Amino acid sequence: MMNKRVKNSAILLGISILILAAVAVFIRTGVIDEYTAQILTNAGINVIIALSLNLITGFTGLLSLGQAGFMAIGAYTTAVLVMQLHLPMVVAIPAGGAVTAFFGFLIGFPTLRMRGDYLAIVTLGFGEIIRVVMINLDKITGGAAGLKGIPPFSEDFTWGPIISFAWVYIFMVLIIAVISNLINSSPGRAIVAIREDEIAANSMGINVFYYKMYAFTMSAFFAGIGGGLYALFFGYLNPTMFNFLKSADFLVIVVLGGMGSITGTVITGFILTYLQEFLRILQDYRLVIYPLILILMMLFRPAGIMGTKELSFVKLFTRKTRVKGGVSQ
Amino acid sequence: MGLLQEVFQQLVNGLALGSIYALIALGYTMVYGIAKLINFAHGDILMLGAFAGFFVLITASAATPILYIVSFVVAMAICAAIGVIMEKTCYKPLRNAPRMNALITAIGLSFFLENGARVFPPIGPNPKQFPTLANVNFNLFGVNISQVQIIVFIVSIGLMVLLNYIVNYTKVGKAMRAVSFDRGAAYLMGINVNRIISFTFAIGSALAAAAGILFSTAYPQVEPYMGIMPGIKAFVAAVLGGIGSIPGAMIGGFILGVAETLTKGFISSQLADAIAFGILIVILIVKPTGILGANVSEKV
Repeated sequence: MMNKRVKNSAILLGISILILAAVAVFIRTGVIDEYTAQILTNAGINVIIALSLNLITGFTGLLSLGQAGFMAIGAYTTAVLVMQLHLPMVVAIPAGGAVTAFFGFLIGFPTLRMRGDYLAIVTLGFGEIIRVVMINLDKITGGAAGLKGIPPFSEDFTWGPIISFAWVYIFMVLIIAVISNLINSSPGRAIVAIREDEIAANSMGINVFYYKMYAFTMSAFFAGIGGGLYALFFGYLNPTMFNFLKSADFLVIVVLGGMGSITGTVITGFILTYLQEFLRILQDYRLVIYPLILILMMLFRPAGIMGTKELSFVKLFTRKTRVKGGVSQ
Repeated sequence: MGLLQEVFQQLVNGLALGSIYALIALGYTMVYGIAKLINFAHGDILMLGAFAGFFVLITASAATPILYIVSFVVAMAICAAIGVIMEKTCYKPLRNAPRMNALITAIGLSFFLENGARVFPPIGPNPKQFPTLANVNFNLFGVNISQVQIIVFIVSIGLMVLLNYIVNYTKVGKAMRAVSFDRGAAYLMGINVNRIISFTFAIGSALAAAAGILFSTAYPQVEPYMGIMPGIKAFVAAVLGGIGSIPGAMIGGFILGVAETLTKGFISSQLADAIAFGILIVILIVKPTGILGANVSEKV
């Protein structure tokens, strides 16, 4: 079993490094231009936050409409830590995540006692409250005018796009690894059990509130990291960036990818971010097509493109060597 | 102006705003009571109603009282039809699907209506000036009451009384209450559940359209995203009063309107938008079913 785990991680690590190297080479040689490189980096950030939303909405079954609020906390915290305290980015980003997790924990207490629709609307409310607080804390956040001059990942002109991409990509891979391990761990099973049937899970001895808090705090942590990366990548923050529409963007990624599928979120995260840029030629019509896709998806394929399925590289590689009767993932 | 007068002034403003919220909240609460669905697109119906009224009013050079009444009738009829179409095409197929799917569809529908209005040439993305009746101010012990506020108050109270009559004293109202109480049993008793749900959407949307015109009369501007904030606040009002309860929606609407104007007047206008959510969170913690909501126990 241990052997399989090591193998699993090694294969994923190898593939991740290969992809990173390939993209770096493509950017360097100009196969991927700087604009596309930016879209890829942006897509990575979107994937991270969509994954954090999927953890709470897809895996735990709690519809959260305030993910952009958590993203904002992470973004502002990271930006302020880097700008005012001059912390190195590698410390500031997880610190931003930790602060967001703390707020997630505080918000979770009153919020997670609610169910279904009430929970959705209260998370929306908290998202809006966070935004209003950001506007009013103008000494720290720059208020409605925004926060300018956040140092970028790299000042270097030729290597800059690659370095930015690498930062986001590495965090993305780490978060994918953490979430997929989490889902297959004991708390992860409890979380999925709560999604399937809360009352049954409760009567099986699962501490429902505890695991909801667990998932919610983790979700806030990852959203905070995504926000931190966002702040450093764009170099400018404004409270209006983190409104309900932003939260809905992530929800679209999660829903289309499949609630409860990490692979689905990653795939749709990249496709949709690219599509959004591509559809700019349609101008405002893009904003009509987008919700239309969402509605049609809900009517005709409510489980999303991946459902709850995951793509497993390990399975692809180990299919031939699998022993008869062996336990497969 | 003395402090007391200032307080009364804000109370008057709050009651006028609150009656608009109450009208919108009624639509939410009725739809929720009968279809068990948060109709996220309700605020956007308000926007469509406001635009329908706008197009009626700009046909003449100046807004006359008769034209104003016509705009109400037209907007309410159009929005009632839109509400029914929305229900038939988007919500009905999802009636037995998980709750989250219906909620996501509603969010999608809301974005669709907003952005659809944005790209629809006669509406467009830019805010437009809403034609209003000539404004007359009345002064009562130093408190200013505008003609608009009186119209808003009278029209919304009138509509609420009418709704109360429909729900409590007519056959269709009885059917609505039955469906709300137990859909399956109502169906077995020979009530056409589909028709009742459509009817509920029609009434709710018509009320939202009326609220849209009143809202644009009070804040004379119309634009595609104007429905979002009133929509959300009215939902908060509905939850505050106890969702599913019609008197609750009215009480919630008034409380929210007064709380908001008091915040605007005495604390900060920036915080006014957050106050609604603050109230919502406090209420849900203290009394999760709202002020007039019934306690429902979980069926295992």
